[in-house]
Amino acid sequence: MESSVLTVDNFCAYFGDNQILKNINLSTKNNVVTALMGPSGCGKTTLIRCVNRMHELIPGAKVSGNMHLRGDDIYSMEPIVLRRKIGMVFQKPNPFPMMSIYDNVIAGYKLNGIKMGRDEFDNIVEHSLRNAALWEEVKDSLHRKGTFLSGGQQQRLCIARALAMNPEILLLDEPTSALDPKSTAHIEELIVELKKNVTMLLVTHNIAQAARVSDFTAFIYLGELVEFGPTEKMFTVPKDKRTEEYLTGKFG
Amino acid sequence: MKEAIIERSVLEVNMTGNNAGWRLFKDMFFKGLIVLLAFISMLPLLLILYHITINGISVINWEFISQLPRPIGETGGGIYNSIIGSIMLIILSSVLSVPFGIAAGIYLSEKSYGKIAQAIQLSVVVLQGTPSIVIGIIAYLWVVAPFQSFSALSGGIALSIMMLPVIIKSTEETLKLIPYHLKEASLALGVPYYKTILKVILPTGLSGILTGILLSVARITGETAPLLFTAFGNQFMNYSILKPIDSLPYRIFYYAMSPYPEWHTFAWGASFILVVVVLSFNLIARGIAIKWKVQF
Repeated sequence: MESSVLTVDNFCAYFGDNQILKNINLSTKNNVVTALMGPSGCGKTTLIRCVNRMHELIPGAKVSGNMHLRGDDIYSMEPIVLRRKIGMVFQKPNPFPMMSIYDNVIAGYKLNGIKMGRDEFDNIVEHSLRNAALWEEVKDSLHRKGTFLSGGQQQRLCIARALAMNPEILLLDEPTSALDPKSTAHIEELIVELKKNVTMLLVTHNIAQAARVSDFTAFIYLGELVEFGPTEKMFTVPKDKRTEEYLTGKFG
Repeated sequence: MKEAIIERSVLEVNMTGNNAGWRLFKDMFFKGLIVLLAFISMLPLLLILYHITINGISVINWEFISQLPRPIGETGGGIYNSIIGSIMLIILSSVLSVPFGIAAGIYLSEKSYGKIAQAIQLSVVVLQGTPSIVIGIIAYLWVVAPFQSFSALSGGIALSIMMLPVIIKSTEETLKLIPYHLKEASLALGVPYYKTILKVILPTGLSGILTGILLSVARITGETAPLLFTAFGNQFMNYSILKPIDSLPYRIFYYAMSPYPEWHTFAWGASFILVVVVLSFNLIARGIAIKWKVQF
């Protein structure tokens, strides 16, 4: 328990009368990648959005149960404070179109009105871009608009933007679903590299991707956590029949 | 298969037979017709520009722009008071309408399904269709009657009511085009909602909002009817917003109705200036829309 970053206990989520998540229990250790996999509509994106409370943007969203981030109750925190501790990368790359690459990386500071010296910002930008494996490609065009980059570069820029805030945990919501195979490979390499320092929760409906990059995998089906365990184990000897069927492509 | 072959041969006969020429002619005729009609619909603008330039440009000189009207009987003078008056009215009505228009536009783009939003949407449509003379009468009732004086302020209020629907609609449409995931990106960084709107959504939609404001300004610059019993017109120089003030369209109306030939040429000159100003507002608006277009 002492090293767990995120713990989820008896967690349920509803949109109106629809129960989306049923009694989810899981916990993630420090500096590991946990993959949430399952067929479309199974609730994996809802689960990840409940972690930084983005689901509250949808009217009628309710939850029960507990989530703790390093021991702090997520649902008794201010959402704004919570979201500054949690990085999130979305399906579609979404750099801010009116900002330069440089400003995009420090957007979390700029938009929140956090003042810092020029040197400190320079450091954060270089460090985050290096971590996101984008520095070499953009170091000469930091003041161009972020939207001139390719889709894969934009997504790495979004990862850099999330990393710049030094998050406790990084949520990746199908980060490669809008990218071509080459950019996907790039992002996956990056995730493997990042897990030396960063705890990540990765939503994916790509079984192979879960196998390639994650240490732990949670299989979610119809809002239920069917199986949760080390990726290697789950992919070789799945305990639940449904997991086996999903992995072998019988459904989903 | 046999039927298909027969149909095919019928087709070929139609394509190569005597009918072909007739059909080609019909094609050509139709193409010619739409080009002709499109050209005719452009003619009014060209003729207006031609007339105004021919009649108006001869009076345009520094004196015309920089001097006040002279009394009847004296020649010369200019329309300086009308130009300043129009500028003041534009500034006044923009200051009054832009904050409300943008706020309402944001509200409509954020909450387009609520009861209140629908009520606002309906009233925007109705307001846009309200005749400008009626808006003038309302401004008379609200401002001129209580103050017991025609004033630039009442004219500005009338014009700002005319600007509102244009600004609201263009702001709403612009902001609705901004992808939802940009807002999510900002909120996920822990940026509060109001800062997300002010620092992410509004700057992203800035070019569209500015375009809308400029178009609404272009629209009201030429309005005469709502000014007839509000700003009223004033042949002297006035910088006070509580006193009657002149404006270009009012001056054109006044001079064109007069019996003096020199004032008629003045009306042409003022028309020329007005049209050039309105045209350039439109062109600048287009320029902004193209140049500052945000790529998502």
